Amino acid sequence: MTPSDSHSTPDIHIYETLELVARDLYIKALQEIPPDVRAGLSHGLETEKCDGNQTAGRILLVILDNIRVADEQKTLVCQDTGLPIFKVLVGERLNIDIARLKESLRRGCVRATAERPLRSNTVHPLTRKHTGTNTGHGIPVIKLDVVPDSDLIEIQMAPKGSGSENMSFLKMLNPSEGVKGIKKFVLQCIFESGARPCPPMIVGIGLGGTSDVAMSLAKEASTFRHIGSRSSDPDVAKLEEELLGKINETGIGPQGLGGTTTAMAVNIEWAHTHISQNPVAVNIQCWRGERAEVVLDGNGKATWK
Amino acid sequence: MAEHTLAPPLSEVDVRKLTLEDSVLINGTVFGIRDATQIRIFDEGIQPPVDLSGSVCLHTAPGVRKLPNGKYEKLSVGTTTSTRMDRFVPGLLERYRVRALVGKGGLSQTSVDAMQKFGGVYLAIVGGAAALETMQIEEIEDVWWEDLMPECLWKFRVKNFGPLVVAIDSLGHSLYRNVQELAAERIRQFGFG
Repeated sequence: MTPSDSHSTPDIHIYETLELVARDLYIKALQEIPPDVRAGLSHGLETEKCDGNQTAGRILLVILDNIRVADEQKTLVCQDTGLPIFKVLVGERLNIDIARLKESLRRGCVRATAERPLRSNTVHPLTRKHTGTNTGHGIPVIKLDVVPDSDLIEIQMAPKGSGSENMSFLKMLNPSEGVKGIKKFVLQCIFESGARPCPPMIVGIGLGGTSDVAMSLAKEASTFRHIGSRSSDPDVAKLEEELLGKINETGIGPQGLGGTTTAMAVNIEWAHTHISQNPVAVNIQCWRGERAEVVLDGNGKATWK
Repeated sequence: MAEHTLAPPLSEVDVRKLTLEDSVLINGTVFGIRDATQIRIFDEGIQPPVDLSGSVCLHTAPGVRKLPNGKYEKLSVGTTTSTRMDRFVPGLLERYRVRALVGKGGLSQTSVDAMQKFGGVYLAIVGGAAALETMQIEEIEDVWWEDLMPECLWKFRVKNFGPLVVAIDSLGHSLYRNVQELAAERIRQFGFG
């Protein structure tokens, strides 16, 4: 096989298509709660009913009712339109111009903000001056990777809200603190967060790597992993289960007003690390678990998930 | 756990009847305030242009669209984290006789003490449930300090606004504090204290 046979050239309109898809992903993520999150919330309601916790049950009913209203009236689930984050997996066989792809995603965010319209949240970190477009220097956040033996573009989009994002933590533990140190740090983070990240939450944990990698893995775990998925590493999967149990035993509950549904999931992503490092990062996602996904082929045909 | 339907302005007697975990619905006027609104009132010492006595105030900065007639149309109204505006609570209660604050995330012990002393309550709304909240707001009736957009002083007319949970009452109780104490104890029992 010659190189020209193994690579496919995308449709000439692919970048316009990407722009429209990015716009629609942003709006969809704000309006439609993913199925796994709905199932997690319903499961929480059943648990609280069994426990006879009326306040927690009432809160979960309001959340589910709110999701229904957003479905019916095509309104935003939450007023926080977040900071746009894209995770893009590009098939290695597709001859795509990455710079143009990134520009298309940025333009999609600008269009969603102007056309829907959406509240813009992006400000300069020092002057606090608004850009008004939900885009700016370094925003949208775009996490890009290449997938072997594929000619597809898989895109996940999350408009990450600030209530939960402000509950982000990193600690470079000593290796001698071991697994116990990891568990202790995670529980402390959950305690410190309390009611603020809008529980019931999805807890993302990044283990290992360097400090920036740990934080990035925690975001992947909280935002792009589905509820109910388990790590393929049996030791990591066991820690996910144990921490979910312990976090729910704290009794913080929905909205921090008490109950057993503090977290719907604990997801851990990991990387190997240095012999003298033990990095742990925590990133939290609120009950909304906002996320939208699409797969594009080289002709620009979109399959919405 | 009792259920109440309240129509502001509220008296001290009205709010002193409420106890932790009671469920509350509100009909009538709710004022919207946020960080910038309260910085103007308390740090810049500017009197609010409307009487807030007996009022219910919501921690919000609504998403709105201005109409040609100068009025505002609601787009998405949700609630922001109250913790950031904790330091203004005693002043709102003592000086302006605000009776109820609606927010998410809770308030500090200083605010719990102020609620007890001056007769006020903190009503927890479900954070993030903006679709429902927006539907329960019938109209944006008035707005002051538009230069602070969107953190102006807003006057909303609401119908069956809630259900809200009494999370801090006027008797010195806080559901947040109770939950935190329990959580701290459980974490100690895990051996992570």
